[in-house]
Amino acid sequence: MNAPHSLHPGVNLDVTDRESHAKASEVIFGFWIFLMSDLVLFAALFATYAAMSSQGIAHGPTPAEVFDLGSAFIETLLLLLSSFTFGFAILAMKYSTSRARLLGWLGLTAVLGAAFVAFELHDYYVMIETHDAWPQTSGFLSAYYLLTGTHAVHVSAGILWMIVLAVQVMTLGINTPVKLRLLRLALFWHMLDIVWVGIFTFVYLFGVAT
Amino acid sequence: MSWETIFGQLSWDSLVFSGAIKHPSTSEFVASGAGSIVILGAIGVVVLLTVMHWWKPLWRDWLTSVDHKKIGIMYIVIALVMFLRALIEAGVMRSQQLAAADGAGYLSADHFGQLFTTHGTIMIFFVAMPFITGLMNYVMPLQIGARDVSFPLLNAISLMLTAAGAGLIMVSLVVGEFSTGGWSGYPPYTGIEFSPGEGVDYWIWSVTLASIGSTLTGLNFAVTLYKQRCPGMSMFRMPLFCWTTLCTSILMIFAMAPLTVATIMLALDRYLGFHFFTNGDGGNMMNFANLFWLFGHPEVYILLLPALGVWSEVVSTFVGKRIYGYTSLVYATMCIAVLSFGVWLHHFFTMGQSANVNAIFGIATMIIGIPTGVKVYDWILTMYRGRIRITTPMLFHINFLLTFVLGGMTGILLANPTVDFQVHNSLFLIAHFHNMIIPGVLFGMFAAVQYWFPKAFGFRLHEGWGKAAFWSMAPGFLLAFFPLYWLGMNGAPRRTVMWSDPSFTPWFALAMLGAALLLLGTVFLLVQIAVSIRQRRQLNVLLGDPWDGRSLEWSIPSPPPAWNFSVVPHVDGRDAFTEAKKTGQAYRSPAAYSDIEVPRNSMAAPLIGVFSFTLAFGLVWHIWWLVVFSFVAAWAVVIARSFVSQTTEIIPASRVEAEHEAFLAAVRATPGVTRDLEMSSKNRGKAAPDRIGQPGQKLPDDVLESAL
Repeated sequence: MNAPHSLHPGVNLDVTDRESHAKASEVIFGFWIFLMSDLVLFAALFATYAAMSSQGIAHGPTPAEVFDLGSAFIETLLLLLSSFTFGFAILAMKYSTSRARLLGWLGLTAVLGAAFVAFELHDYYVMIETHDAWPQTSGFLSAYYLLTGTHAVHVSAGILWMIVLAVQVMTLGINTPVKLRLLRLALFWHMLDIVWVGIFTFVYLFGVAT
Repeated sequence: MSWETIFGQLSWDSLVFSGAIKHPSTSEFVASGAGSIVILGAIGVVVLLTVMHWWKPLWRDWLTSVDHKKIGIMYIVIALVMFLRALIEAGVMRSQQLAAADGAGYLSADHFGQLFTTHGTIMIFFVAMPFITGLMNYVMPLQIGARDVSFPLLNAISLMLTAAGAGLIMVSLVVGEFSTGGWSGYPPYTGIEFSPGEGVDYWIWSVTLASIGSTLTGLNFAVTLYKQRCPGMSMFRMPLFCWTTLCTSILMIFAMAPLTVATIMLALDRYLGFHFFTNGDGGNMMNFANLFWLFGHPEVYILLLPALGVWSEVVSTFVGKRIYGYTSLVYATMCIAVLSFGVWLHHFFTMGQSANVNAIFGIATMIIGIPTGVKVYDWILTMYRGRIRITTPMLFHINFLLTFVLGGMTGILLANPTVDFQVHNSLFLIAHFHNMIIPGVLFGMFAAVQYWFPKAFGFRLHEGWGKAAFWSMAPGFLLAFFPLYWLGMNGAPRRTVMWSDPSFTPWFALAMLGAALLLLGTVFLLVQIAVSIRQRRQLNVLLGDPWDGRSLEWSIPSPPPAWNFSVVPHVDGRDAFTEAKKTGQAYRSPAAYSDIEVPRNSMAAPLIGVFSFTLAFGLVWHIWWLVVFSFVAAWAVVIARSFVSQTTEIIPASRVEAEHEAFLAAVRATPGVTRDLEMSSKNRGKAAPDRIGQPGQKLPDDVLESAL
């Protein structure tokens, strides 16, 4: 069933590495389905947040009181930029044989991702320090911390995965399994961007506007 | 280091036996008895494995295996063991309700609460789910002509996560208590304020493990069905069981995530004081109800659809006819899958929505009756002018058609919110959903075991004992649950430990009798397996086709080789094997054999299972070092495994050829049996062409085709 010329969504290796491409279709498709299931999880968290950010405030602060749009904007730029650099990492994997170039872009992506997580942790720190906004304060804040926290855990897992794959690039070389793993990590990383765009829009922009 | 650092909240008092020693009562003795059965059972298994020197084969051939057939069998073993426990619990509950007609009975209210919670949780997550998953695992790749599922190791990991969840629920019988919050675990009752013990935590983590396992299973099967079909097997040539597997897999992919979210939120409320479902501080339990049933209703169809697939296979095989209305059955399956996401609110009509919202969900619920009705008619019409063989699976099927339709009728009643307001939370509801799940899902699985057991093990199950099981279970079901409709309409609420209305007593007595018959039927099933193992020589059907089967799994030896198909089959129509037998294409030697690549065994999955069990156990008892260690260890296994490069091995063409040619030679040397002799010891698994009456007379399919 896996015709070597069939293409799958995302970056295809058909031009430069037919052998890997022949094996890609099934695992990439499987990973798309995993992402779909993961997005259902985020959808449930978004729905919970939507309900709780209006009805679950209780005696706690409102969204407009605790959110720092400037910081969220910087986080958005960092994460979008990291997707951009990951794109270069995948292009390096597809078109070049240089391990250094691939590792360089991967490293840059991981640093940007780590900076994103650091900024987010700093946000939490500020919210707790200046607004006394703990996850235990209200239903709204519980939903906020769980939604953004789940996203942050995903980003952190992505960074860990990146480190493991960097080690594999160095020890095993850029072979077919490593290539296919990098393709899947790329999809994972870009999906987290889309989720974050949702968070930035519906949590931060809407939260500050209302 | 203090006790808490090492053992968390565990103490000697956590052991179930301490209750019986400190506060002796019948209720505590029953609990201790159950705990003792678990311990003695575990010791018995260990002794058996040691005496028979089975440890090594167990590890080498089963636990580390990634073969979908072995994984399927292990799933079904889990389901059967857990079924015995939950069935006994049902009997205990029935006897309590009978004994408590005008008094306290013999169980404490708390113990009774644990019983209905474990009964429901186990029957759904650790009986029905592993049963259907095991069956889909075993059968689906064989039916589409595949050598394995798309991701064999992931498949093993799903199994081990389910096993870890089942293990956790078994441990709760000995160490600590289980939740009393029902299988749906509604907060705020299950919140830390009202259920401070470890019980709800056992429920949360066992369900979460099973839920993650099922998500991965759904992913795996959907990809397998899309990517691993053999040449010529287009979607609309797949056997119907594959279609129902596909729809169930898609439901698993979408429906398990909301459950995971709900249980994690409840855990955050309980462990860290979040306010998702608490009474105060902005919590809202309705969100739990919505999330849970957003999973819970599709779950009903996750369970039911594979069983409906089984019925399609069983009826067309034992009628000897092509299934009637294949396309309509496919579309009906897909309609049910889609509609199942639009009806979750009917589980809580009474919890405060407006009448209009209730009406919309009520109508959506009734609409599901339409595709289900289409299926029922298709099965009946398949039997029309067929040559019906009244075998055990066929008996279960006919019983299913009759009783399932009655259960569907009461479902239509409950779908009407005005009726639901009268009978919700009553035994009427209990009667309704047992009426769907027992004749539909459970008996479907029993029929599937009768039908596919010879494929998996190479010998048939003893037909007499199978019929005995049917004839005690079918009336047993009616007796056990039809009185509950009456009781429910008379106002008996569900989950109630004692009574004062004397008019209930005869109905509870009838229900008790029914439960006893169901237990007896289960004993007959176990006897059937034991007898069949002893008589396996007379019952052997090693040539693989005992029922004159229609799909590809019957074209290979029983049990199938590890690589399933020695040569990848090519199909050019539905009922591929029937067509091959008709045209003489079956059992032909291929032009050439080639090497076959199969996945190697891996210890990754059992290790992940062990660590996820210890992770969950640590979470239940607040043993934080164990939690951290297990979490890191489980992921370390995943990462370490990704560095292993030799994950497959090659079966040389010469070995494949030798085995397959030996099989073909045996087939050619053996005379086939007609359907009249199907249950006789002459059946070796080769079907003779079966003509009705005179030789040369047309087959049922041809008769019907020319009539149309």
